[in-house]
Amino acid sequence: MNGVHDMGGMDGFGKIEVEPNEPMFHTRWESRVLAMMRAMGAAGAFNIDTSRSYQEALPPHVYLSISYYKRWMLGLQDMLIAKGFIGKDEVAEGHALGPAKPLKRGRFTVDDVERIMVRGKFGRNPQAPAKFKAGDRVRAKNIHPRTHTRLPRYVRGHVGVVERDHGVHVFPDSAAVDAGENPQWLYTVVFDGTELWGADSDPTLKISIDAFEPYLEKA
Amino acid sequence: MSDHDHDHHDHDHSELSEMDLRVRALETVLSEKGYLDPAALDAIVQAYETRIGPHNGARVVAKAWTDPAFKRALLEDATKAVATLGHVSRVGDHLVAVENTPQRHNMVVCTLCSCYPWEMLGLPPVWYKAAPYRSRAVKDPRGVLKDFGVSLPKETEIRVWDSTAETRFLVLPMRPKGTESWSEDKLADLVTRDSMIGTGFPKLPGAPS
Repeated sequence: MNGVHDMGGMDGFGKIEVEPNEPMFHTRWESRVLAMMRAMGAAGAFNIDTSRSYQEALPPHVYLSISYYKRWMLGLQDMLIAKGFIGKDEVAEGHALGPAKPLKRGRFTVDDVERIMVRGKFGRNPQAPAKFKAGDRVRAKNIHPRTHTRLPRYVRGHVGVVERDHGVHVFPDSAAVDAGENPQWLYTVVFDGTELWGADSDPTLKISIDAFEPYLEKA
Repeated sequence: MSDHDHDHHDHDHSELSEMDLRVRALETVLSEKGYLDPAALDAIVQAYETRIGPHNGARVVAKAWTDPAFKRALLEDATKAVATLGHVSRVGDHLVAVENTPQRHNMVVCTLCSCYPWEMLGLPPVWYKAAPYRSRAVKDPRGVLKDFGVSLPKETEIRVWDSTAETRFLVLPMRPKGTESWSEDKLADLVTRDSMIGTGFPKLPGAPS
C-alpha cells in the first residue's frame, strides 16, 4: 500500500538525532512488546509480512507520531484481534474472557526461545527458472498494490541493473495477506541516483533494492 | 531500563504509564489464554540483552581484516563464513557483507520499516528506525553522513543498500592505517556499530574508546 511507511526520498523529517549511550530498551514495556511480538509470531499466530502490514495500516498521523515500540504494540494488538486470537473486550478488560484459538505451533514456552534467536528461513526451492540474470537491465513496474508490498515507491517506473541473484524467497505480497508463500526469485537491482532523483542527484550515488521477480520487467 | 530515562521521546509520564498498563493488559490476556508463558518473555528479553550486539559484528570485521581467506569467504557468502566462527552467535540465511574501499562507500537502510542484521549488530538504534534516516539515506546520503559528523571524498561512490527483503547487510569498513601489527581482539575494539551500518568509520588507533 502507498502508506507513509514507504518514506524513501521524502523530505521534511529533519535532522537525524543520535542518542548517546542509547539503552536497548527505554522502558520495560518496550522489551515486553518486542518479546510478545517474537513469541506470538514464533507460535504461528502470524508471519513477519502480516505483522509489517498491520503497522503500515495504522493511520498515517498515528504511524508518524508514535514511538517505534508503540507502533509495534498497536500493530500487534490490531492483528491479534483481527485474526481472532483475542477480543477487543478482553483487551479492555485486561483478562481472558473466552476460549483460546489454537496456535499453529502451540503455546510459546521457555524451550522455544533458542530457536527465535536465529532469523527464520525465507529461501525456498525454485518453481520456475529465473527470468533475469546479473547484468540485465530491468524496470521496476509501475504498480500500486493496495495491500502489503516491498517495492518502494521511489523506484517504481525506473530502470536499474540486476546485480545479484539471491535465489527464491517467500513472496511478502502474498504471505502478508495469508495467500500462501508463493515463492519468487529475488534480485539485487541497482539504480543510478540520477535515474531516481533526476539531474540534480549526487552523481556518485547508487541505490539498490532487493526486488522480487514480479516487481520487475525487461527494460 | 528506568521509566524515567526517556528524554529522547516526546512522551510524558502519563503516556508512559498508560503504555505500561496497556502492555501489561495484553500480556495478561495472552498468558491467560494460554498462548505464551510469561517466563518465556523474560527469557527472550534476557537473551537479547546479553547475547546480541555490535560486538558480534566487530569480531567478524576484525577477522576479515586479518585473514584474507576469511574475508573472501565472507564477501562470497557471509552466512556461511560467519557460521565458521564459533564465538559469534549463529546467523540466519542471506547475510550479505559489502566491502568499503577507497573507491566505494556502502550504507545500509530500511526505508520501509527497520530491517537490520540483529545477529551481527543487536537491535537497531532509534535513529535507524526513525523517519529522518529512512527518508534521506537513499536520496542524500552525504547529508546523512554530515548529521553523523563524517564526510567522504567527493569522488567516492556511495552505494546505499535498501533492505527491502529478508536479506541483511553488514558493511565491512576499511581497516584503519597504523594497525598493521594489531591482534584481532585489539582490532575488534576499533569497529563501531555505525561503521558496520555505513554511517561512520572505525575508531582510529589511539582514539579514546
